[in-house]
Amino acid sequence: MKAPMKGLLVENLSVEIASGGRLLKPVEGVSFAIGADECVALLGESGCGKSMTALALMRLLPEGARVASGSARLDGEELFALPEAAMGEIRGGRLAMIFQEPQTSLNPVMTVAEQIAEALAAHRKLNGAAAQAEAGRLLEAVGLERDRLGAYPFQLSGGQRQRALIAMMLAGEPEVLIADEPTTALDVTVQAQILNLLRDLQRQRGMGLLLITHDLDVAKDMADRVAVMYAGQIVEWASRDSLYAAPRHPYTEKLFAVLPRLERRGERLDSLPGRVPPPDAVIVGCRFAERCPAVFARCHEEAPGFHEAAPGHFARCHLADPVGRMPQGRSAVDLPPDGRRIAFRASALPTGAVLEVRDLAVHFPIRRGLFRRTVDQFKAVDGVSLSIQAGETLALVGESGCGKSTLARAVLRLLEPTRGEVRVAGEAIAGLSGEALRKKRAEMQIVFQDPFSSLNPRMHVGEILEEGMAALLPLSASQRRARIAQLLDQVGLAHDAIGRYPHEFSGGQRQRIAIARALAVQPKLLILDEPTSALDVSVQAQILNLLADLQAEHGLAYLFITHNLPVVGYLAQRVAVMRAGRIVEEGAAEALLTAPKHEYTRLLLDSAPGRGR
Amino acid sequence: MIKPVLLWSDALILLLLWSVVGLVWLARNNEALRGPWRQVMRNPVGAGTALILAVYVGIGLLDSLHYVERLPDQPGREAQYSGEVRSALDWVLTPLRENVEKTYSAPFAIQLYAKETMKGPEGGEIRDFPRLKHGGAHLADADKDFWPDVLLRGGLGMLGGLVLWLVVFPLWQRGSEGDLVAPVVSAKNKSPLTPLLERGGLASAFAWTLLAILLLAGLLVALAPYYHVLGTDKVGQDVLYLSLKSIRTGLLIGSLTTLVMLPFALSLGIAAGYFGGRIDDVIQYLYTTLNSIPGVLLIAAAVLVVQVQIEAHAELFNTAAARSDVRLLALCGILGVTGWTGLARLLRAEALKLRELEFVQAARAFGVGHGRILLRHLLPNVMHLVLITVVLDFSGLVLAEAVLSYVGVGVDPGMISFGNMINGARLELAREPVVWWQLAAAFLFMFVLVLAANLFADQVREALDPKSSGRK
Amino acid sequence: MLNYLIRRVLYAIPILLGVNLLTFALFFMVNTPDDMARIHLGAKHVTADAISRWKSEHGYDKPLFFNDAATGVAKAADTLFVEKSLKLFALDFGAADDGRDIAREIKTRMWPSLAIALPTFLIGLLAYISFALLLVFFRGTRLDTAGVVLCVALMSISGLFYVIGGQYLMGKLWHWFPISGYQPGLDAWKFLLMPVLVSVVASIGDSSRFYRALFYEEIAKDYVRTARAKGLSELRVLFRHVLGNAMIPILTGVVVVLPRLFMGSLIIESFFGIPGLGSYTIDAIQAQDFAIVRSMVFLGSLLYIFGLVLTDISYTLVDPRVRLE
Repeated sequence: MKAPMKGLLVENLSVEIASGGRLLKPVEGVSFAIGADECVALLGESGCGKSMTALALMRLLPEGARVASGSARLDGEELFALPEAAMGEIRGGRLAMIFQEPQTSLNPVMTVAEQIAEALAAHRKLNGAAAQAEAGRLLEAVGLERDRLGAYPFQLSGGQRQRALIAMMLAGEPEVLIADEPTTALDVTVQAQILNLLRDLQRQRGMGLLLITHDLDVAKDMADRVAVMYAGQIVEWASRDSLYAAPRHPYTEKLFAVLPRLERRGERLDSLPGRVPPPDAVIVGCRFAERCPAVFARCHEEAPGFHEAAPGHFARCHLADPVGRMPQGRSAVDLPPDGRRIAFRASALPTGAVLEVRDLAVHFPIRRGLFRRTVDQFKAVDGVSLSIQAGETLALVGESGCGKSTLARAVLRLLEPTRGEVRVAGEAIAGLSGEALRKKRAEMQIVFQDPFSSLNPRMHVGEILEEGMAALLPLSASQRRARIAQLLDQVGLAHDAIGRYPHEFSGGQRQRIAIARALAVQPKLLILDEPTSALDVSVQAQILNLLADLQAEHGLAYLFITHNLPVVGYLAQRVAVMRAGRIVEEGAAEALLTAPKHEYTRLLLDSAPGRGR
Repeated sequence: MIKPVLLWSDALILLLLWSVVGLVWLARNNEALRGPWRQVMRNPVGAGTALILAVYVGIGLLDSLHYVERLPDQPGREAQYSGEVRSALDWVLTPLRENVEKTYSAPFAIQLYAKETMKGPEGGEIRDFPRLKHGGAHLADADKDFWPDVLLRGGLGMLGGLVLWLVVFPLWQRGSEGDLVAPVVSAKNKSPLTPLLERGGLASAFAWTLLAILLLAGLLVALAPYYHVLGTDKVGQDVLYLSLKSIRTGLLIGSLTTLVMLPFALSLGIAAGYFGGRIDDVIQYLYTTLNSIPGVLLIAAAVLVVQVQIEAHAELFNTAAARSDVRLLALCGILGVTGWTGLARLLRAEALKLRELEFVQAARAFGVGHGRILLRHLLPNVMHLVLITVVLDFSGLVLAEAVLSYVGVGVDPGMISFGNMINGARLELAREPVVWWQLAAAFLFMFVLVLAANLFADQVREALDPKSSGRK
Repeated sequence: MLNYLIRRVLYAIPILLGVNLLTFALFFMVNTPDDMARIHLGAKHVTADAISRWKSEHGYDKPLFFNDAATGVAKAADTLFVEKSLKLFALDFGAADDGRDIAREIKTRMWPSLAIALPTFLIGLLAYISFALLLVFFRGTRLDTAGVVLCVALMSISGLFYVIGGQYLMGKLWHWFPISGYQPGLDAWKFLLMPVLVSVVASIGDSSRFYRALFYEEIAKDYVRTARAKGLSELRVLFRHVLGNAMIPILTGVVVVLPRLFMGSLIIESFFGIPGLGSYTIDAIQAQDFAIVRSMVFLGSLLYIFGLVLTDISYTLVDPRVRLE
């Protein structure tokens, strides 16, 4: 037997959940290792089992879930064999974990100092003044002022909370820190700071860092080695350089291919058809076979082994089997399956400003005092002007709270603006009512971010699509039915969707329904409020392709609200950068993204992950 | 000759029944609506308690078919009807209803509770416990025959129940094959009971509950006509009869109150949350004001006022049944009018959340009117809360009836109800030996009903409330 | 804080006014003074004379809202509404229909009420929360399941059963306590213990289950996972984190009833013969003495509003996010 390795060694880990008589296996046979001072990224899309793996290592699995088999050794000590009391000493001590949601991960009624002191008392037997001093030192180590010790979580920003959480987890001086999507809920500039902090801490302290992420760019910036997970298994395991130079598993290749980028403007994004098999599926053969572009007969018959395709680079794929046969070489995967290029602007369609916004402001009163008098205004949108031509995409970029969603609602007249003017197709919408307003409502529609809350769970798809038509268009019932069928074709859904309810659809399909709902009333302008940020990258590509197709076909104008700069580069012709209710820079996408003028734009671009260390 | 009588409460029960049937009919093809109910019925506890509740509801419905009997014709005059309103249940329970003793007697007693002066065998006057007029009157030699008779009759009754179960259960199982119960083994070469013995879970829970109910029913059917199984009360009425009659009152309070409360809670709660602003202020003011008044006091005050009004307009209510019926309805009304605030507050909070959700925003972007948004988008998405509350409130209301009747602001003192049964028997605890049976019967019947309702409510909540998974 | 209090007091006025109007409407418009006189005089003695005599004796001989006969301010002031309802605002409860001073009755009777209600409240809260925490600590085990089943069974039993059962067992069978009655001074405990015990047991099922559900909701939250990830013991997680946060919803239900403890419990007091405000109220209801009922309604509302203010203030103690502004 080899000498105990420093760091964390996970072998053949499987997790089972007994749920309603079924046995789910969200994690099956996962093995990887984290050296004493290296960062390993566990990369995968939602539902692949990466968080469950982390919770299993901490022995914090939710009720009903259990470790079915496998071992996890921290410096040679078997975690799964420890009694609960001994595990309590390791948890938060030698092995610590930070979580995705800084909003909810801290105890709201305890101060930062109290929450850090708890960990210090548990793991380092520090109490009283010594604990206070050490807590202050830890806060400084994570880049917070010492005087934040007395603060409650609600007094901190999202980034500060994440720092405070890191300080708590550093209190036990962990050998390995697990970070479960630590920056997913944060703005891009804050994300960059937190990632920098994690990297610095890892290096200074010689910690192992297990970074769980869905973001290829974040993994590229941070990791020494990367494990790619799919459907509960690790499908690829390699050093970062080797993986990013040449991925060996078709799934990983696809993940790269579906990413939108500035360089891919005008190209159709590659897509990944189908869905991840459910965790209770009985699969013979390769789990990715159903969706794999390079699939061949053997894939359906035999589960592939974990082959070393290149030195130190493993892939769970028959194609990576050095002794296996390679039926068609690798070319099938390399080429995008659909070589069409996208015509961005449909030349035959009429041009002209579909949307003009002039000096628009939305202020919310701040009331205080005995009689709730208005003492101040919160200027959510503060004098914004922009315009969009037919067939054009204007990206509105900004961080959370900058006022971009308020702007969208004011444009749609879901909110009354404080001042300024919105013109749709040349006509001001402010004074409209009745029939005239209805006509305008048909010309502008919106697609929301969250495909789960944007569809009424109690209405079936037919009713959802019909609602707008019934309210706005003079169509007979049979005409409406015909149009629903046509809409489903346009967004690529089967006709039997009509009688089904939203919960029967995946996130991507729901977003298609939401798009069809907006298109139903034949709008000229579509406001897309972060339409892909709740989706996995593979699904995002499908939706972006669909949006591009629809624009080319109907000459739609898009106001694309997002925080995701690569998507902006890929999709938009023009970009407006918004901050604190104002537009700080506006210009053609390519110029603005490559040569930003405003320092805030530059900061956003520099913060975007994926530019290497 | 009889003439049906439709009391106001009967009409409302019909309305309630009709709307439940209507809702079931609407939901029959909607998987999203049916799913949770199927989950409830698939759960052993859910299925078992549903069966018990169904028995109670059945008794209550039977007790809601009212009629008056035609008095013997007198020549030259129009047909006269008795002033006493009876129900189908009264008719079924005729032997129980008519076997009235002089005063208290213990369960299965053959002698009265109190001593009386009577003629002794030798002619002199003695004080002793007289034999009952009806309970065990068929026994020639009470001391010798009592046990054999009870055992024989009871045994036969239970045997009857068992036989009925053996007939009914397989029938039911065949009827619901594939839906409630997973496909039964190919029934050819196995006895119909095999699946029951082989499978735990739903089938057995349902079957055992059914068996228990049928055995009990058999026992009662066999014994009740000959003995006072649960004794008699102060004026000699059979306690089993009183207990069965009390069921309707309890069920009415539990369900009609909801019927009154729902329109208030739904319209005011959702409107407050959705519209906000001034409307919200006014509605919040309304329910804070109502809430601020101690509940029992408000109910007491209102009931007193209603009672005064009933007495002032006695001519409108020609029978005692009609009078107590109106008082019962008034009580339901008052409980409903004062009881909507809890649900309204819940709905307000939910509507506040829902109105910010994107699907409501999307509807507004289509210019869909407020009425339609409330009806199509908000109402369906709060119905689970409404259902959970209604089912949970039911048991509380059944219990509340007893307490209110004790305080004197419940149902009419002449009406048979659990509260009045308890109230009437409470003071007799001081007697020696203790008169316990009337209390015990009321508490037992109420306990089974409320326990079943509570357990059923839990299952409903688990099935409908996404938040409740893992809770019990 | 001061602003907040002033606003709260200002908000209380329309609510109390609403309560007054409501009770006034119930008692004087639906149920006119004539009706009341008839009830009190009994059917035998009802004559027009007797009614008007009763009305003037008890001060019900004025018009409802508007007095045509009077002049000036008295047009509006010399009315039943002002006499019987608005005076309550000055805590002037007037006399009961049997002539006794209500305010004096309240002052003497609130002590026995409090002597039962306060211990019941404190012991109950402690018992319910401890039991719920115990169940939560053993969650997922058979103990938890059995505890929940027990709770459901206990809450399905009528409250009257606990009272009657308690009196029968502890009073009649075991002779631990007198069945009912009350005695002021130090000997009061003999009479108080049983009602307190019975009230605590009567709601143990309901309340413990409620608190258990509350704790379960807290336990599912992210910060509890964080606390566990820090390696804290289960007990510490439960007491420091879960209980600390659950205090917020617990307070919502608890503090608001605190002031009302003065009013006692209708059922318990009348069953156990405690001469408190609860039995006072029940006697009034049964005697149809509307003056007392009206006063108690007003007092109840007043104390409820006071309870709301207390709730808000108590939030600032357990939840740092709340600032009264």
